[in-house]
Amino acid sequence: MTVTEAPANRLGYRQFGVGGFTFSRDEYFVTVEWPTGNHQMPVDHWLRCVQRDVAWGFFYGIVNFDSVIGTMNHYGTVDMFAGRFNEAYRRAEVDYNETFDHDELLGCFKAMLSDWTNEGYDPFAAPLETGSAFGPSSGSNDDAVTRRRVVADRMVGVPGDEPLRSDESGFPVNRAFADVDQDEPVIEAEPGYEGEVCSFNLFAYLSRSDVTWNPSVVSACKESLYCPTTEEFTLPVIHGNDRVEWFVQLSDEIQWDVEDRDTGAKRARVIMKAGDVAAMPADIRHTGYSPKRSMLLVWENGSPRIPEMIAKGEAPVHPVDF
Amino acid sequence: MTQYTTVFGSLTDFAKGGVQLVDDDPKYYAFSNIFEVASAAAPYEKVAVGKNLEYVLEAIRAEGTSAWRAAPHDEFALVMDGTVRFELLDPAAELVDPSSGGSITLEGEPEGSPMGTVTAQRGHMTMLPAGKAYRMHSDGVGVVLLQTIEGPDTVFRWADICQTF
Repeated sequence: MTVTEAPANRLGYRQFGVGGFTFSRDEYFVTVEWPTGNHQMPVDHWLRCVQRDVAWGFFYGIVNFDSVIGTMNHYGTVDMFAGRFNEAYRRAEVDYNETFDHDELLGCFKAMLSDWTNEGYDPFAAPLETGSAFGPSSGSNDDAVTRRRVVADRMVGVPGDEPLRSDESGFPVNRAFADVDQDEPVIEAEPGYEGEVCSFNLFAYLSRSDVTWNPSVVSACKESLYCPTTEEFTLPVIHGNDRVEWFVQLSDEIQWDVEDRDTGAKRARVIMKAGDVAAMPADIRHTGYSPKRSMLLVWENGSPRIPEMIAKGEAPVHPVDF
Repeated sequence: MTQYTTVFGSLTDFAKGGVQLVDDDPKYYAFSNIFEVASAAAPYEKVAVGKNLEYVLEAIRAEGTSAWRAAPHDEFALVMDGTVRFELLDPAAELVDPSSGGSITLEGEPEGSPMGTVTAQRGHMTMLPAGKAYRMHSDGVGVVLLQTIEGPDTVFRWADICQTF
C-alpha cells in the first residue's frame, strides 16, 4: 500500500490518497472519499485535526476529526475510518475502516499538512492569533506544522533536558497570560548538586506556549507523564479514550462535552475550574471548550503494558472504584 | 488590546466546577478539587486526587515542617498555593528499596550531605530526585500537587472528596 499524490488542482493543491481513501481540498473544504461514501469538512478544522494527529503520533486511542472521520491508534498500526463510530453509518453499513502502517499514514498526513497549509496560517494557533486557512494555495508554513513536540526525560529545566522558554528563545508571554507571574523559584544548591536541585516556574513556562491543545511532557515519574498544555477556543478533535486519562485544571475554565465512545450518545458535561481534577473514563469520547486561554494539566500513563491490557480487556474503564 | 485576567485557585479563593449528568454516573469522573481536599486535610497528609494504575497525584497541605521522606524514583512537587521550601539531602546510605514505589517516611534526621533548598511559590515545580531525602516547610499554609507512585502513606478517600451525585 502506498501514499499517492496527484498533480495540483486549479487552486494549486495536490490530491492525496492512501489505501481506499482520497483527500482533496478546495478554497473552503476538504473532501474525503472512500469506497462506500464521501464527506466534507471545513479546511481550517481539518488542518487543526491533522496537525494534532501528526504531532501526537496518533495519540492514545481514537482521534475523531468529527462524527464521521478519524483515526484509531494500535501502536504500530493505525486505522483510518469513516463512520465507524457513528451509529447511523454503521446501521446503514456505509462505514469503512482500513489499517495502515503507522509511518505510512503519518507520511500522508505530513505531506498533506505541508501542501495544504498556506503562509500565515498556523493550525496550532488560536483563531485570533493566526491568518486564514482558506483560499487558493499561497506559500507554506512548514516551520509551524513541523514543530518539535517537547518531551522531557525528567523535568523541563534540568541540565541536559528540555530548556525553559524565554523572549530570547522565541517564546514571548502570550497576550492572554500577560498577568502571569514570571518569577522563578529561589534555588540554593550546594556545590556539586547544581544538577540535582532543580525547579522552574511551570505557570510562566506555560504562559509562553505558542500552541493550543498540544500536550507536551514536562516531567516524567517513570511512566507517569505530566503533559500540560494551553487551551483556547475548541479542542478540534473529539478524543476517544482507550485508557483512563486525567485532567487537572491549573487556571481558568474548560467545559468538556462527553459522549459514549462508540455511539456518540451524550453522557455528561464536565465543567472544570482552577484546581479541579477529573478523569475521563476509558469508554468515552470528549471535546473541550476554553473561552479564555487556560492552562490544563493532562496526566497520562505512558506504560507500554497498557496496549496489551487494553487488547486483553484488562485495562480499567473507570479511574477508581468507590 | 483586550485585557485578560488569569484565574488561579487558592485555599481561600477557589470555585469548583462539576459533572453535569446527561446519562452517566458522576463517580466515573472522580471529580474533586485540590484546594477543597487540602482544606480538609491534616498537614502533609498525602491525599490521592488521581490514580492511574500504580501512579498517583497527591494533594498535600503544606503547613509547618514535614517529616523527611525519600522515594526510589523522581517525584515532582507543584506548588498550587502559598510558599513552600524544599530541603534536599544526599543520604550517607541507601534509604529506600530501589525496586519499590512511592515515598516513605524517614525516622528522625537522616545522615548525609545537604544538597540545597528550593523556595517555591504558586506555579513552581520542583524535582525531588530519586533516592534523595527531602522535607517541606511552609510558614503559612500551602498546597502542593505531587506526581508520584502510590506508597504506604498515600491516603485514599474517594467517597469523601469526589462528586457522587
